[in-house]
Amino acid sequence: MVLYLKEFKIKWGMVIDLDRCTGCGACMVACQAENNIAPPVDASNKRYSMTWLLVYQLSNKQPYPNHDVAYMPRPCLQCGKPNCVPVCPVIATDKNQEGGIVSQVNARCIGCRYCMAACPYHARYFNWQDPVWPEGMEKTLTPDVSTRPRGVVEKCLFCHHRYMYARDKARIEGRDPNALNEGDYIPACVEMCPTGAMVFGDLQNPEHKVHKLSKSPYAFRLLERLNTKPQVYYYSKREWVRKQGDNYLEHETVGGV
Amino acid sequence: MMEEKKGGTSAGGVVLPFLLGFVAALAFGWWGVPQLLFSKKTQPLVFTHQNHIELYGMSCDDCHSFRRDGSFSGLPDNAKCAECHSFPMGDHPDEIKFVEEYYEKGIEVPWLVYQYQPDNVFFSHAAHREYDCATAGCHPDVGSSNELPVYYENRLTKYSRDTMKMKDCERCHATVAAQEPERFAGAPNACQTCHK
Repeated sequence: MVLYLKEFKIKWGMVIDLDRCTGCGACMVACQAENNIAPPVDASNKRYSMTWLLVYQLSNKQPYPNHDVAYMPRPCLQCGKPNCVPVCPVIATDKNQEGGIVSQVNARCIGCRYCMAACPYHARYFNWQDPVWPEGMEKTLTPDVSTRPRGVVEKCLFCHHRYMYARDKARIEGRDPNALNEGDYIPACVEMCPTGAMVFGDLQNPEHKVHKLSKSPYAFRLLERLNTKPQVYYYSKREWVRKQGDNYLEHETVGGV
Repeated sequence: MMEEKKGGTSAGGVVLPFLLGFVAALAFGWWGVPQLLFSKKTQPLVFTHQNHIELYGMSCDDCHSFRRDGSFSGLPDNAKCAECHSFPMGDHPDEIKFVEEYYEKGIEVPWLVYQYQPDNVFFSHAAHREYDCATAGCHPDVGSSNELPVYYENRLTKYSRDTMKMKDCERCHATVAAQEPERFAGAPNACQTCHK
């Protein structure tokens, strides 16, 4: 059970610059292709949609000349105190590996969906239907990601297989697999982001860009007051974006700045 | 007295069928079930690891090597074998079979792999390099043998009988991580270490 903050020497994390994100959705596409998420049979049915990474639209709700929008990509936030972990009756999800990625072993999941109820970020998805790929597309599946059957919960794992391969490469080159350089391991969405809005690295390592960015006064975490300590930071110089990121009421001021 | 004696013999008569049935059930369980469950398969070609190592001085790495990106190449392909065997080197029928039926036709040899893991397992050879493949208990010791063992295929799951079981992985991961947590920081018994 994880009800306390899990500390790791390595903490993989992301800083997403919401002022740079154009909402193009390349990260969503990259995620779907990389992680063998089947194309939806009926995309109009939002309750059955599978998108480990979702781009939300934020609006400051002001009339025209002052109107402003921001786009917010939301992967699994890999919380330091994950709500999904203590509620799992079969320990299919856990945060116990160096790197601080909240794991999800789909083969172990019994589909009770307690984790989905517990996650305040809606980062988990339930397979209502068996995945169906168009004929021939099975050849494009990533062999390092298992496909999930109907009846299990799945989520973003920061492309965990890429982490494993980065470690293997380091081992073969005679480097320490626990001291990866920046860029050795990046998830598909970060690699694909055309504007460079997503930055990935070790939050604990001062040599990584995310370390500095996450400490910026413009950085915030989603619903920070829930105290889940996510390892995904957002970054925006616009105050209204930071306010919405934590559901601030109108009369409240944003902490930090 | 007579009645008591009668009771004794009838009790023996009752126990005996149970005993026979018990032995029959054990025999079926230990001998019969594996016969039913596993089908025997032989490799497409005769291959001797011992000759390659002892007569020609090859090492394991010559065929089972790591690529530069850290991935393990696994079994050698036709091109690798054809570096020496592009024409029959001896008069063994399988030498000729390899060249004529596989190499010249461009068909990869369908070797049976004893250790293929299920789809939801991520196994890194690079992380286990320092362990001897055979003595660590992961593979049968084919390196020093002259013939390849029989391949037992589970008729239901289609997996090899010799596929390493999860409890074997777990046992080692639990002990090494507990003994030397610093050295094996990347190898705890966490599910995601092996599962994908």
